[in-house]
Amino acid sequence: MVSGHIVKSFDDDLNHLVSTISEMAGLAERQLADSISAMSRRDEQLAANVIEQDKRLDDLEADIDAQVVRMLALRQPQALDLRAVLVALKISSDLERVGDYAKNVAKRTLTLMQAPVIGQATSTIVRMGSIVGGMISNVVDAYLNADVVKAQEVRARDLDVDQLHSSLFRELLTYMMEDPRNITACTHLLFIAKNIERIGDHVTNIAENVHFLVAGENIAGDRPKNDLSSSTIITVGDKTA
Amino acid sequence: MPESRINLHVKALARAVNVFYGEKQALSGINLDIPENHVTALIGPSGCGKSTFLRCLNRMNDIIDGCRVEGSITIDGADIYSKEQDVVQLRARVGMVFQKPNPFPKSIYENVAYGPRIHGMAANKKQLDDIVIDSLTRAGLINEVNDRLDAPGTSLSGGQQQRLCIARAIAVRPEMILMDEPCSALDPIATARIEELIDELRDNFTIVIVTHSMQQAARVSQRTAFFHLGELVETGATEQIFTNPRDSRTQAYITGRIG
Amino acid sequence: MADKARLRRRYRAERRFRWYGISATILGLLFLGAILVSTVVLGHSAFRQTYIKLDIFFDPKILTPDGKTDPDTLRQANYPAVVKFSLREMFPSVTKRNEQRQLFSLVSLGASDSLREQITANPALIGSRDSLWLLASDDVDQFIKGKIRPNAPENERQLNDLQMQWVHEIVARGLTNLRFNAAFFTNGDSREPEIAGILGAAKGSFYTLLVTLVLSFPIGIMAALYLQEFAPKNRITDMIEVNISNLAAVPSIVFGLLGLAVFLNFFGLPRSAPLVGGIVLALMTLPTIIIAARAAIMAVPPSIREAALAIGASPMQTALHHVVPLASPGMMTGAILGMARALGESAPLLMIGMVAFIADVPQGIMEPATVLPVQIYLWADSPEQAFVEKLAAGIMVLLTFLVMMNLLAVILRRRFEQKW
Repeated sequence: MVSGHIVKSFDDDLNHLVSTISEMAGLAERQLADSISAMSRRDEQLAANVIEQDKRLDDLEADIDAQVVRMLALRQPQALDLRAVLVALKISSDLERVGDYAKNVAKRTLTLMQAPVIGQATSTIVRMGSIVGGMISNVVDAYLNADVVKAQEVRARDLDVDQLHSSLFRELLTYMMEDPRNITACTHLLFIAKNIERIGDHVTNIAENVHFLVAGENIAGDRPKNDLSSSTIITVGDKTA
Repeated sequence: MPESRINLHVKALARAVNVFYGEKQALSGINLDIPENHVTALIGPSGCGKSTFLRCLNRMNDIIDGCRVEGSITIDGADIYSKEQDVVQLRARVGMVFQKPNPFPKSIYENVAYGPRIHGMAANKKQLDDIVIDSLTRAGLINEVNDRLDAPGTSLSGGQQQRLCIARAIAVRPEMILMDEPCSALDPIATARIEELIDELRDNFTIVIVTHSMQQAARVSQRTAFFHLGELVETGATEQIFTNPRDSRTQAYITGRIG
Repeated sequence: MADKARLRRRYRAERRFRWYGISATILGLLFLGAILVSTVVLGHSAFRQTYIKLDIFFDPKILTPDGKTDPDTLRQANYPAVVKFSLREMFPSVTKRNEQRQLFSLVSLGASDSLREQITANPALIGSRDSLWLLASDDVDQFIKGKIRPNAPENERQLNDLQMQWVHEIVARGLTNLRFNAAFFTNGDSREPEIAGILGAAKGSFYTLLVTLVLSFPIGIMAALYLQEFAPKNRITDMIEVNISNLAAVPSIVFGLLGLAVFLNFFGLPRSAPLVGGIVLALMTLPTIIIAARAAIMAVPPSIREAALAIGASPMQTALHHVVPLASPGMMTGAILGMARALGESAPLLMIGMVAFIADVPQGIMEPATVLPVQIYLWADSPEQAFVEKLAAGIMVLLTFLVMMNLLAVILRRRFEQKW
């Protein structure tokens, strides 16, 4: 932030907003990590805990909504301040979605426990999760430090997630074709992977909002995309695809 | 969006304008284009020179002893500080509305009729009446004063007085109207009326307004120029200035960090 | 506790302060009242004059010894002899020459003047006999008004024992009367207190002030307007400004000396004339008027000027259409107060000869005249006891004029004061 406002309580309000966002981001990151480790370790207790904790993220989002409305009404923020307030609103809604996806991962984990373990899929998902988790933590740093470069990096990082998602998609399709009994577990894993990929997209949103916050305009160029899962076709007998 | 409309026609143009009060330099190196039929807002902290610049546009600074203006200011391409320019004629072309409503202590009618009368704009009483009624109508005041044109101008409320002053200014058919914090002495309702009026007047006049209220600048103007410590820091479309100013000083001022 | 003590102290100080103010005001009013009361006590009797009723026989043998009744003869006829004849008739026992002279001095010289007026107005009265109220001499008048103590030693009295005896007799016969002294307002000055009037001085004052006003008002207003509205602010105008202020503080006698040196000696203008007095007083009041007018102009809010200039009024239009009308009550007040000061001024007029004894009422600005304050000074200088009451009456007339002028100033200010 630039030097403080003449009206100091305005600074206090903005700082409170930022700290709420950072608390929310920390919680979302932990939710994601917990849900993935619950999945990989088949930890029912942890999964239930993740589902339980999602409520907290929803509450934080509502809190940010209230703060934003109040500041718009009372402070009439301009320029940088206006962007800070708007961006906080958008980031909080992204983070809330991150929490929702993590919760979904945990739910599916509970179901997966009744199915057999599928090949290396779990470890790929864990890798995706750790990348996305790192993205969340980086994007929060970028947000707190108004670091456009770091935000750009986060945005680029999403390519890796997309790539992993595409290959996992192919892998799981192959498993399903090999043995129809794998279908239940694979489908759930597909959704879990999709959830994590979506989380990556939301984090990318946040990165773009950080750029808007700092630079005052939207990031130039299209978002890098490398998720080919929507166009992937695997036919029986084709193992090279 | 307004950026493209800027290119329509520049009404007034200031180049390298320096203003001194005695030894003290009040403005340095001002370059500003004022587009026709737009409202240009001049904002900035007190003492930043925005009123000084406004008063350069109709040479009201001439009446201040020791005030010296350098550089060039042209209106429709003609230098208003050249020897050929008669200052009285200039002021008839460039009207002005002041911070505090300052109607003459005369009747409402006389207030509006004074300008046209000294400029010989009406051949007879009928024409003068028409000008007065027309000006009051355009200032949105006619319905409130129709039945008491002979009442003293000072008997009106503050907001009505200010609109009377606007009617007085437009009665001499100026091309530009300069407004020096026209709402600073008015309540919010009267302020809103003036702002609405400014928006209507934009069709026929080029308006330059100095205001301390950034919200007002944002509401009424299409172009905004930010002055700070005698310099023109930034000028641009109002929208851009208030959402994404380029200069950090502008940013700091409009977000309430310097004043 | 300390708070309460301080509060009490503050209230006490406050009350004390108010009391100082009230006592100062009361003291001031007392002084003023004392002056007014003593003036009225001294002067009120001057508005009434003693008359004596005499049986007058317009004897044709005395008035028209050669039988001609043309106006010239009538005007130059021996009216005092008629009065003396009447007095001898009244007191037949007085036969000694010097006693007769003392008897005749009971009646004023003005008595024969009034007889002359009657006869010239109506020559048919010659030969008739009539009982007429005639003006008594100033000493009789003072005695009747009780201003001569009867038991003072004879040589310190204006009336000797014999004269007092006659006066007592006249009073006993009911032949004296105090009447309204219209002559005081219609006569010029005179060596005889009973016929001395204020009109000459009042008209002199009027002509003098007229000249003063005609000269100083337009010059003062134009100078103030130029200095305040148009003159550049530089060394020269600063100098002028300082000098105007200094000029306002110059003792008035200096202006008198200037008038004597320049107007009388150099330009050779007539001595004692209201014209010269007016010029001198105009010079004296000019700084006052300029300063007052400038203050009035300065009090016109700059916003009005800006408003006029901003719609394209020229500087002259701005000044004449807006500034002057708004400043005019203040300017007029200043001018009237300046005039009031000029009316009360005597010192500079002494220097240019307006202190001479002038019996005729002046008819123009070139005729010798005197003015009210100088007239008062002249009367104060006269030995006759009766002039004391004339002097006080003169002060009352002067004060009345001053009060009227100040009142006019107040009314003008109230009437034309603009709110903005």
